[in-house]
Amino acid sequence: MPYSISQEDALKAYREMLLIRRFEERAAQLYGMGLIAGFCHLYIGQEAIVVGIQSLLKPQDTIVTAYRDHGHMLAAGMNPKGVMAELTGRIDGYSKGKGGSMHMFSREKNFFGGHGIVGAQVPIGTGLAFAHKYKEDGGVCITSMGDGASNQGQVYESYNMAALWKLPVVYVIENNHYGMGTSVERSSAGPNYYGRGQGWGIPGEKADGMELLEVVKAAKRAVDHARSGKGPYILELDTYRYRGHSMSDPAKYRPKEEVEQVKQGRDPIERFKAYMIKTLKISEDKIKIIDDEIKTIVAEAIEFSKTSPEPDPSELYTDVLKEGHAV
Amino acid sequence: MIPLRQDETPMTEPLTSMTVREALRDAMAEEMKRDETVFLMGEEVAEYNGAYKVSQGLLDAFGSKRVVDTPITEHGFAGLGVGAAFGGLRPIVEFMTFNFSMQAIDQIINSAAKTLYMSGGQMGCPIVFRGPNGAASRVGAQHSQCYASWYAHCPGLKVVSPYSSGDAKALLKAAIRDPNPVIFLENELLYGQTFDDVSDDPEHVLPIGKALVRREGKDVTLTAFSIMVGKALQAADLLAAQGIEAEVIDLRTIRPLDVETIVQSAMKTNRIVSIEESWPFAGIGSEIAALMMEHAFDYLDAPVLRVTGVDVPMPYAANLEHLALPQVENIVEAAKAVCYRS
Repeated sequence: MPYSISQEDALKAYREMLLIRRFEERAAQLYGMGLIAGFCHLYIGQEAIVVGIQSLLKPQDTIVTAYRDHGHMLAAGMNPKGVMAELTGRIDGYSKGKGGSMHMFSREKNFFGGHGIVGAQVPIGTGLAFAHKYKEDGGVCITSMGDGASNQGQVYESYNMAALWKLPVVYVIENNHYGMGTSVERSSAGPNYYGRGQGWGIPGEKADGMELLEVVKAAKRAVDHARSGKGPYILELDTYRYRGHSMSDPAKYRPKEEVEQVKQGRDPIERFKAYMIKTLKISEDKIKIIDDEIKTIVAEAIEFSKTSPEPDPSELYTDVLKEGHAV
Repeated sequence: MIPLRQDETPMTEPLTSMTVREALRDAMAEEMKRDETVFLMGEEVAEYNGAYKVSQGLLDAFGSKRVVDTPITEHGFAGLGVGAAFGGLRPIVEFMTFNFSMQAIDQIINSAAKTLYMSGGQMGCPIVFRGPNGAASRVGAQHSQCYASWYAHCPGLKVVSPYSSGDAKALLKAAIRDPNPVIFLENELLYGQTFDDVSDDPEHVLPIGKALVRREGKDVTLTAFSIMVGKALQAADLLAAQGIEAEVIDLRTIRPLDVETIVQSAMKTNRIVSIEESWPFAGIGSEIAALMMEHAFDYLDAPVLRVTGVDVPMPYAANLEHLALPQVENIVEAAKAVCYRS
């Protein structure tokens, strides 16, 4: 790994990646138990992306993504209890149980969702970048999408406007090789997503999304570019999701060996752990302490999500419209 | 100039006469002056001064940061507007006509309207989508649709559709100040009409959700919005000559609908005719008919009748287009029918 990181930052990154991994594993269990229902898209395998990018962000920066969003929220610093309680549909969830897995938000952490319509988050993120520029707050919007969304027409409408108006937005394409069950090869003529801004003069690059420090290195170029006023940047990160598209997907469209190969050879957490031990000389004991801490945090989140009550029936009618029309 | 019954809202300034087009422009200019976060975006809104000249002079007054020409990509710029609203701005997104908003309807419904609820009240999307709605003149099926019932169907949106210049100004100002997404349906044929009911007071704002009784009558109630209000008023004149006193309600807001004003009127006249230029099926008239069943059934002396556009895509030929849209004589006929007069 050519990029350097301090022991402290490494432990922090490891901790954040592991939190996402354990959180998602337990969410899958709760789904199996019937405590979580509906759609539930897990982030397992892609952890290095959000953790790497988040490490570069400033407080005024904004984040928006699609429905595979649990990892983004945890990386953004949202409380695992609130996220898990939303998954179980309880009042203490981030959306009072009214949003679910795909629809969570945190104004406090500048996390703008959590959007269930493939590609819809891309103009929204472009609009958040528009607001950054308009307010001159120096912020950058990280707008994430998958390889599937990358073929949506509104993505290209957004690229055009972002380039035209030099908006501070980084389009992060998390290429996990499958848009639901359709592989990149079967969905995309010309699969170099990072190069698709070329017509508008938007720079792009591809990096290994399974390697934390590679993510950080590439994302730094992207974020610096956007923050400096030069306009949008497309960052494609090569990654892999270990689970199906959602909990109801047995993922029969890909061979088991393919999944195993990635798990054995490219797992972002295992790779980073090995790097910490070998290169940074961090003791296994220190790592073990983090493992235990994360287990406790996730267990507490689960307990919280089970004991938090369902929303009161009166909540059915609230939050449809905002009060206070300023006449 | 069309004389109007005065609004009951007290006004401090004398009333001015101007076109609907000018009133809409003044509303935007005043609100942009009042609030730095308000900006206008859309196709041809800046350098061209608006495809229908509604934004005339705004680029000169406010500059290109706040009056933004967009590419012809409705889905993209509507979504960008939603994101900007999430990010703390108050966008006014102009659709050159609402027909093109169908390109953007996912962003309007799924992103703008639903996010407050989906976020448990955290988010909110203060945005106005505005532009001409409904039939203009001889522009065929793809440029003549009325979207009132489409958008009014959806919780999380407000839908406003004014008739006069004064209402256009005061309601657009209300829409811009509203913390929710507002669909503001204008009418191309009304843009050039002059009304003498405009307040110069920049703080004169009408509440969204309040209808206006534009003409009082005891025999039959005519409900209408936008351009159809004019036709209803003309029909009322003709009916008066035949001894039928029609009450004309200008709905002004479609969602939330001012059910109380309609019910009060129904209790007085016992007869309701709903007028809209949109198609009949699942239209605003269908909703009013259902509401009257629920709230005024015992007061009705006749079934609620709907005068609507004909249930076909809009034809181009002049004679067919005329036949496809509600005309004054259709309203007169329906009013007489519910009064059991031939």
